[in-house]
Amino acid sequence: MGTLLQVKNLQTKFYTQDGVVNAVNGVSLELGEGETLGIVGESGSGKSVTMLSVMRLIPQPPGKIVSGEVIFDGRDLLKLDEEEMRQVRGNRIAMVFQDPMTSLNPVLTINTQISEALQLHMQMDKEAARKRTIELLQMVGIPSAASRIDDYPHQFSGGMRQRVMIAMGLSCNPQLLIADEPTTALDVTIQAQIIDLVKRLKREIGMAIIWITHDLGVVAGLAERVVVMYAGYIVEEAPVKEMYINPRHPYTLGLLKSIPRLDEMRKTTLTPIEGLPPDLITLPKGCPFAPRCPYVIEKCIEENPPLMVTMSTRHRSACWRWQDVHKETSTAPAAVA
Amino acid sequence: MAGTNGNKILLEVKGLKKHFPITQGIIFQRQIGAIKAVDGLDFFIRRGETLGLVGESGCGKSTTGRAILQLHRPTAGEVLFEGQDLVKMKGEQLRRLRRRMQMIFQDPYASLNPRMTVGDIIGEPLEVHGIARGKEAKERVQELLQVVGLNPYFVNRYPHEFSGGQRQRIGVARALAVNPDFIVCDEPISALDVSIQAQLINLLEELQDKFHLTYLFIAHDLSVVRHISDRVAVMYLGRIVELADRDELYYRPLHPYTKALLSAVPIPDPLVEEKRERIILTGDVPSPANPPSGCPFHTRCPIMQRPICVETVPEWREARPGHWVACHFA
Repeated sequence: MGTLLQVKNLQTKFYTQDGVVNAVNGVSLELGEGETLGIVGESGSGKSVTMLSVMRLIPQPPGKIVSGEVIFDGRDLLKLDEEEMRQVRGNRIAMVFQDPMTSLNPVLTINTQISEALQLHMQMDKEAARKRTIELLQMVGIPSAASRIDDYPHQFSGGMRQRVMIAMGLSCNPQLLIADEPTTALDVTIQAQIIDLVKRLKREIGMAIIWITHDLGVVAGLAERVVVMYAGYIVEEAPVKEMYINPRHPYTLGLLKSIPRLDEMRKTTLTPIEGLPPDLITLPKGCPFAPRCPYVIEKCIEENPPLMVTMSTRHRSACWRWQDVHKETSTAPAAVA
Repeated sequence: MAGTNGNKILLEVKGLKKHFPITQGIIFQRQIGAIKAVDGLDFFIRRGETLGLVGESGCGKSTTGRAILQLHRPTAGEVLFEGQDLVKMKGEQLRRLRRRMQMIFQDPYASLNPRMTVGDIIGEPLEVHGIARGKEAKERVQELLQVVGLNPYFVNRYPHEFSGGQRQRIGVARALAVNPDFIVCDEPISALDVSIQAQLINLLEELQDKFHLTYLFIAHDLSVVRHISDRVAVMYLGRIVELADRDELYYRPLHPYTKALLSAVPIPDPLVEEKRERIILTGDVPSPANPPSGCPFHTRCPIMQRPICVETVPEWREARPGHWVACHFA
């Protein structure tokens, strides 16, 4: 499996009236061709800003990519000019956003919106683009696609709009699909439909996927590898099973212990993570999780730990005490109905 | 949770309906239809228990909570609080009972008045209901802040100085101020981050034990509802389709909608997820302005049979002791 995307030491800041917001603080990650990567984090953890930086969609000002490289297919995207970047965006890398209600243009038909990309990037004529649009809508499971193609976004439900967004994302056969909380605004039964669809499309088309979410459940069934972010840093990175069975960062462990599971056997007490995430304007000098961490020692306050190799080279944790971080056996998986 | 106070019923709902009129015309408004947000509910809540109410957006779960508290006056039906029908009450009589029923809202940003200090927000119900005023009220407010895990010195601060989780605690303190028996929690944690949600869930559970509270817990997150509830009711398109003890509902669901809903919830465990079979429902929830004939779920149901499901509304029956369901084939 070749490397498709390589992010090296990415730093993105926002210059606001209140001060400099350190949104992404030196993120490095890799993605193989056809791989599915989950990025998990809470609001303000920098997961969306990281991917918006990769796509160069950060509003500048107030935002600024301060440093780093984004190597996609051998080229540093951060060094491309705007015209070259347009050739990548939508064509090679596509992005699906959280809110299907606001990311479609309400005054244009679905056909116009999807055909535009096809005509621009694939040099199709109007007729061919329309034909391809119908195919795409069928592929994402929109019933009677041929007649619905001339409808406007408001004529579709939330789940259907997200399907339209995915069809649009896939229109130019991208090598990478970045999905930013694509199911958060949807109901669970509709979420299940969308996840099912994305898994099927991945099997059929074989593109790589980066799935950004705050829901540890969604990632468990979808991703091959998971990255956990906190306060603009990657705090843990591991293959999906490793991450859930053997988490080696107190934040990951804390998240897993604080969410109720549908399959919990008996009434358990949740163990919340105490306190609040840090203010991104005045980040502590040590580990950003130290103020909330039950494993905290002197060193954590003095020095921010880098991502360190733990059990295997594929499992890395940014914790000085990763060897002491263990999941108790009492939370072993239970049978599911 | 239940049990300490016996199995006495605190609240009973009979045939509850809430229809919102759809009107046409500017000066002479004619009613041309109705959104049947809640369309005939029957259930009860025991003293000291938590009844979870789950369903997808637009199924009428929030309207149910508001109709019980008479914040929306029901179109039909009875809401019996300790045997007294709230629907028939008005004015002073209702206001006096309201003191015993409170609500915690979903959005911690919209449900607190930004121009009032925390002290005034929590103290207002004390004055309105003539429980305490002046110095006494202030002391009570500080005590309440401590109960919900906030610093008592926060009384003079404004809501914008707090995080989402802290604001939600203020909302909880306000609800507790009048020593209620019954609290409707309308998606109280949905707007909060994952690591903060558990803090609030634990707080609500602690308070229930401490003050013998009865909760109607409304949420769309099945994992959370299963965790906090003693019994769970599943709503679809204005009706309750199934109601049972939390474990019974989870291990032996009867209604095809409940089964699909349970199977759709992701479990944070890759080993479990690998082996799970999902029931993927087709299509979307129909409009409550024009609900399907017969069983409201028949348009998406994997076991639908003609003609009965299309023509006849399934009866709400007790299929097993304490396990109620509305399905012809369950």
